[in-house]
Amino acid sequence: MFDIDKWQEIFATIRKNKLRTFLTGFSVAWGIFMLIILLGSGRGLENGVRIQFERDATNSIWIYRGQTSMPYKGLKPGRRIQFTNEDYDYSKREIKNIENLSARLSVFRQRNISYKSEYGNYDIVAVHPGTKVLENVEIIEGRFINDIDVKASRKVVAISTDVKKALFKEEDFLGKYIKINNIPFKVIGLYEDSSERDNQRVYISVSTAQKVFTGGNEIHNLAFTTGDATMEESMKIENDIRSKYSIRHKFDKSDQRALFINNNVEEYEKFQNLFSGIRLFVWIIGIGTIIAGIVGVSNIMLIVVKERTKEIGIRKAIGATPGSIIGLVLLESILITAFAGYVGLVLGVGLLELISPHIQSEFFTNPEADFRIAVSATILLIVSGAIAGFVPARKAASIKPIEALRDE
Amino acid sequence: MIELKRLHKSYITGNNKLHVLKGLDLTIEQGELVSIMGSSGSGKSTLLNILGILDSYDQGSYKLNGTLMSNLTEKKAAHYRNNLLGFVFQSFNLISFKNAVENVALPLYYQGVSRKKRNKIALDYLDKMGLKDWAEHMPSELSGGQKQRVAIARAMISKPKVILADEPTGALDSATSIEVMELFREINKDGITMIIVTHEQDISEKTDRIIHLKDGIIEFEHNTKKLVYV
Repeated sequence: MFDIDKWQEIFATIRKNKLRTFLTGFSVAWGIFMLIILLGSGRGLENGVRIQFERDATNSIWIYRGQTSMPYKGLKPGRRIQFTNEDYDYSKREIKNIENLSARLSVFRQRNISYKSEYGNYDIVAVHPGTKVLENVEIIEGRFINDIDVKASRKVVAISTDVKKALFKEEDFLGKYIKINNIPFKVIGLYEDSSERDNQRVYISVSTAQKVFTGGNEIHNLAFTTGDATMEESMKIENDIRSKYSIRHKFDKSDQRALFINNNVEEYEKFQNLFSGIRLFVWIIGIGTIIAGIVGVSNIMLIVVKERTKEIGIRKAIGATPGSIIGLVLLESILITAFAGYVGLVLGVGLLELISPHIQSEFFTNPEADFRIAVSATILLIVSGAIAGFVPARKAASIKPIEALRDE
Repeated sequence: MIELKRLHKSYITGNNKLHVLKGLDLTIEQGELVSIMGSSGSGKSTLLNILGILDSYDQGSYKLNGTLMSNLTEKKAAHYRNNLLGFVFQSFNLISFKNAVENVALPLYYQGVSRKKRNKIALDYLDKMGLKDWAEHMPSELSGGQKQRVAIARAMISKPKVILADEPTGALDSATSIEVMELFREINKDGITMIIVTHEQDISEKTDRIIHLKDGIIEFEHNTKKLVYV
């Protein structure tokens, strides 16, 4: 294989037929180029969506209140379902295999937050400590709301980087007091949330909010994570919640509007399946394109063999074995395919690298062709080169010297 | 060296069966210089192809260097061609994109001789042919006589037992033809068996034994050795 003569002979024929070799190679290069672009774009889409998902924990389940749409045990439809702290306690007690359970209460009406002369309007969200995991926030300094804050109804607040920038500028903020609706809260931590919208808020303890702002024991929704539960397990939990809550809140179990459950495990898995599907689809298209290229190479090699009939005849007359002839044709085919394909690969990856920084879309991030794709593509190229060369090589090996050498 | 017994060969084209060789008996000893003559269709090319293991035969037997040549695999045939036989063709059949040295060295490539070594040997053979200065030339830059001498060097490089020449002077002028025949005589003196297929009387007269073929059998043969040397 690493025989200089063989390579010399291959290069000699390639040099003699530059245009033809180029056109053949082009079809293969184009195939690989398209495959890389398609795979890269698919990856970009996938990355975008994954980042969207990672703004919250991907294994989280969120429960929202609704309004009944079906009559149930004499109760009229149109009844609003209300959540209270009891639902939190109940869920914590009754629902198995859950972690980071957190109630949530948004403080509406006024949303004024101020520090000295600086002020702004931000979402005020009252939570349990589990929200740190649920929202997938990154603590930059200090800490998040903890259990003691909730138990003692402390007036403490964790602020986002956006809020800090607006209120404190460069000033120190830990331990300082900010006013939320004119009530002072001590700043205990700074966090960052990759979701822009979620970065426009401050978190306070749910018990504090109930005492200071809303009164009563109402909460708006509940959320928790499911560990490493599979999609089936998460759906079981979801069903369990629905049936338990339907008894607790007296609504028809099949009433989809009384209770909304947002199962991220299920959604995430759905997207993963979707992307596996897209990837498969892209490979099919890509391989289809490459097959067209292979047919091209195969065709050209057949013509090459036909043109070289006499030469092959001479070689056989002076002692070339069929194996050496097959090797010659096969190697040429693999060389053209592999080289052209590599060019396509480099161009495709190059283009992706070039456009990648200029794409700033929420659902399309970092289009890329990783090492694994490159390796698969390389293997694909060599295999396809061999396939393309196989038929012509067999034909070449079966050339009879007497026919090839007949003077005409 | 060569022993043919009751050799039959026919070609089938569509529904027609063409019986070319009809029970040919022929023995050629080592070191002979033989020419085979005959009109076209007499079977001389077919005979040469069979002798060169380029074609198979239907019946009879062909022994080359004591080995029976029948039912050979392609690989085995290639091996025998490479080691026992050398070919010289009417149209030279050099490989156009290889220079003279590379063309001459090609049989050694198929014997697995290293590049450096075989090119050196090839140069020696070209030197013997008086073509050392043309070693780097491509076939298209050589005259007919030079090309044939390159082809002869290529036939000789593997030190074959037999050299088969198919109308070796067919494409050459008479002066060059005489040179080539002189060359063949020289090679023959080293003990290599030479078999030359020709239809030219004056060429065959320069060999020691002339075999006349007609309709697939040997019509007659005569020895010219005495005429030349007596």
